[in-house]
Amino acid sequence: MEQLVVQTLNGIVAGMILALVASGLTLIFGIMDVVNFAHGELFMLGAYVGTTTMVVTHNFWVALVVAAVTIALLGAVIQITTLRPLLGRDPLTTILATFGVSLVLQNYALWQYGPVPRKLSEPITGHFKLFDLEYPYYRIAIAVLSAAIIGGLYLFLKYGTYGIWIRATTQDRVMASAMGIPVPLVHVAVFAIGAGMAAASGVLFGPLIGVNHAMGTDWTLKAFIVVVVGGMGNLGGSILASIFISLLEAYAALWVSPSQAVIVSFVALILTLLIRPTGLFVPTPK
Amino acid sequence: MTRRPDVAYWTGFVVVLALLFAAPLVLPEFWRRFVTEILIWGLLAMSSDILIGYTGMISFGHSAFFGLGMYGAAAALLAVAPPNLALALVSGLVGAAIVAAFVAYFATRLRDIYFSITTLVFSQIFYVIIFTWTDVTGGENGLTFSRPNFGLPGWFSIPFTSDSLHWFVLAVVTGSYLVLRRITQSPFGMVLQAIRENEPRTRAIGYPVERYKIVAVMLSGLFAGLAGVLYALQNKFAAPDFVFLVISAETVIYNVMGGVGTLVGPIAGAAFFLLLREGLSRFLTEYYLIPVGLIFTAMVIFVPQGLLGFLKRRLNQ
Repeated sequence: MEQLVVQTLNGIVAGMILALVASGLTLIFGIMDVVNFAHGELFMLGAYVGTTTMVVTHNFWVALVVAAVTIALLGAVIQITTLRPLLGRDPLTTILATFGVSLVLQNYALWQYGPVPRKLSEPITGHFKLFDLEYPYYRIAIAVLSAAIIGGLYLFLKYGTYGIWIRATTQDRVMASAMGIPVPLVHVAVFAIGAGMAAASGVLFGPLIGVNHAMGTDWTLKAFIVVVVGGMGNLGGSILASIFISLLEAYAALWVSPSQAVIVSFVALILTLLIRPTGLFVPTPK
Repeated sequence: MTRRPDVAYWTGFVVVLALLFAAPLVLPEFWRRFVTEILIWGLLAMSSDILIGYTGMISFGHSAFFGLGMYGAAAALLAVAPPNLALALVSGLVGAAIVAAFVAYFATRLRDIYFSITTLVFSQIFYVIIFTWTDVTGGENGLTFSRPNFGLPGWFSIPFTSDSLHWFVLAVVTGSYLVLRRITQSPFGMVLQAIRENEPRTRAIGYPVERYKIVAVMLSGLFAGLAGVLYALQNKFAAPDFVFLVISAETVIYNVMGGVGTLVGPIAGAAFFLLLREGLSRFLTEYYLIPVGLIFTAMVIFVPQGLLGFLKRRLNQ
């Protein structure tokens, strides 16, 4: 019972980070029809930029912002150099192109930072007592912060002028362009926002298990599962699905090893595809 | 309709085959082995081309079929003494076929990106199972076994030399190529290409699209499994690394680099990629993937037909 509560808490914390990664991914997909295979690498690079900034500034929050901005700029560069030429081609080619990008980024990180995992120290070191366990406040802070960023994104999309531009572009690219919205710029901005969110989640997640060059692959896979389970291009769906999947994995970890617990989320994906291919957390399409 | 025999095509075919046949006689051992491996990876890439190039489905999970072929062969070679080649082939193919049937049944319900993601996830499931089920699969260490003799049970049995192994691989790959080529030109293959061009229309004409896709995935998985068996024979071990998504990704790279929808293109792509890796890793060690990734991305953007794309019409004649 006590373990169940702890695992629920762990699941929600992991789910919030995952939601941050997945909402960037689903935003990019919804607007550009781009499946960003390099999303996990942006997460990983964000964490690395965070560690580097930490060494210089010794301030976690500065590192968080610097990483998000740096990776957002990198995202903009990737969008302009790699994805813009592919506009109008088969969406499948974007998988291939971003896959090439992910190869470059992952091995660049290995080359630049080496194979030894880096530590990223927590900004909040307090604990509180949860049954017979010391539960760090930092984990709670992650969940709250992730929720705040996602909430900010939601408000921005709903009420901000540029957010409305973005939603208009999602609905009808040609019409938006005719209305004077600079669609190519919107594409760059969306990719940058998605990349920045991935980087922010990388920095937030960094202190939990350390930063290494191969962590991106795992997160790409996880984010894909979430985005499919939640319904592709659906922001609310991906958030619910992130928490759902993370809770499942956390409970499964009570019985089997964590490396086997991922199978549970794979099975959840397959069942979703069989029963409700449009996604678990979206209204039935009419 | 009678087809004009394409003299240029068959001349090219015979010349390339002759060169590959002569390769072990003239090349030093290292490069002999290199050419054999190109053929094996080429077979894997070719099997994936059935889906990518002809049916329009990008599989990111070919490592599952390849790996299960490999472990299937390993199981047969370890279980029976003395190791038997025919049994290894059958066991590897059965292993790959079971996985392929499983993946095909679920994944073909989905299209485009969803298909790619599902195949990727399936291959990871098999990776996790093989990686963690240490008692049976050897876990991270994998399995090692000895190479069987070449022969027919009760007829003859001679041990493989490195030359005859190369010829055996060459024969299997060439045979597979001819079979796959025949399949893509058959009415069945035409339906697959119709699905690639326009799926709703193919369905409207009355073809059971899902059934065609399932058969296509199974066929593709079977040949990928065959490549896995060959790789097991060549290297005498099976390891979970070969079920990991890196292998699937490389399979896609071979296809894109070589030219999808040509069957031989993927083999050329495999050769190009492995040569690139060999050349670059001499002075870049494991970071060779940085330039490879750049070249790959540039090729997706600027040369979407791949190296042999310009020959597509000739090759499919």
